[in-house]
Amino acid sequence: MERIPILRMGRFLLVTIQVDMHDQLALTLQDDLTQRIVADRARGVLMDISSLDVVDSFIGRMISNIAAMSRVLDAQTVVVGMQPAVAITLVELGLDLAGVRTALNVERGMALLQQSEA
Amino acid sequence: MNTATAALAETLRKHESEILADWLKEQAAVPSRRNAVHEAETRTLSRDFLNAVQEAINGGAADDIRGAAWSRARDLLSELSASRAVHGQSPSETAMFVFSLKQPLFTWLRRDLEADKLAEALWAATLVIDRLGLFTTEAFQKSREDVIQRQQRELLELSTPVVELWDGILALPLIGTLDSGRTQVVMESLLEKIVQSGSTIAIIDITGVPTVDTLVAQHLMKTVAAARLMGADCIISGIRPQIAQTIVHLGVDLSAVTTKASLADAFMLALRRLGSRIEAAPARV
Repeated sequence: MERIPILRMGRFLLVTIQVDMHDQLALTLQDDLTQRIVADRARGVLMDISSLDVVDSFIGRMISNIAAMSRVLDAQTVVVGMQPAVAITLVELGLDLAGVRTALNVERGMALLQQSEA
Repeated sequence: MNTATAALAETLRKHESEILADWLKEQAAVPSRRNAVHEAETRTLSRDFLNAVQEAINGGAADDIRGAAWSRARDLLSELSASRAVHGQSPSETAMFVFSLKQPLFTWLRRDLEADKLAEALWAATLVIDRLGLFTTEAFQKSREDVIQRQQRELLELSTPVVELWDGILALPLIGTLDSGRTQVVMESLLEKIVQSGSTIAIIDITGVPTVDTLVAQHLMKTVAAARLMGADCIISGIRPQIAQTIVHLGVDLSAVTTKASLADAFMLALRRLGSRIEAAPARV
């Protein structure tokens, strides 16, 4: 089965979405990620969605949910690299991902995580 | 081809040069803002058009000016309408190009034809010229609309510049009323620029926005939310006292957004967030 890889970088987990996100894939990611956060005792999750150019309300909600779940498990989530078109779509859908931190690219996202960890 | 159009075609053929000369005189008599430079151009155009009309009538399609036989005449008229519309002529001035052909054409038909045939031929000629005249007006209108649409587009682009104030700080001075269409353009150009320049702070300056109602406020909030999703913070500046009052009276909640009274204040805040500051150079002795 297709899976989105979750990479470990120190105390943070890096999720790079490189394929078209479909509903089942998002649900699998949600499962995998929560398990990895617990198993690796991760303090932060960096989700790179720069290759994602189409979103619907379901995927938007999934991103929001994943962030909320990570927070419950005491790991910060930073969503990085959102495309302009995706941002506009999410806002028009009324999903402003309140509580999710964002950054322009992976580098800045990492800096943000390290800052909050310090 | 019926007898009336046949007679019309015959007269056009026999007296082509005379009709053309009379027609040009008619056109010159119409008061117009066009100057003498265009006279040669008008002469060429009139001659070509008369040829095209003859061709079409000989083609046997006097009734149907939308048909293939009239395509050359139509092209000429469209071209004429477009160029006159651009030069700011009125629709009646443009339509007079066709309608002024009536007088010379009728004069020559009267000379050529007997009374019984004349009425029919005049009727046929009137029909053709009226239709061509209407076509001209329509074409004129269409080219005017094209001009208006193009200007609207240009205005939209002109009025939404995104400027880079500092390394990592963008400014978006908004001027004029914000509607949904414009907000869309503003949002897109801001987000594109954020990606392109890698900026983390955007200052939206609304000094030039005359009124802020709930809709405009909502549009602003959307832009701020979209920029945040991409990882850039927004500061709204240039809020005039009356606008601050209106916002509060309308019950619009701007507490989620950083607001500053002036662009200068917003810029200072942005610099502070980036960890930079501006200080006076030591005085030279």
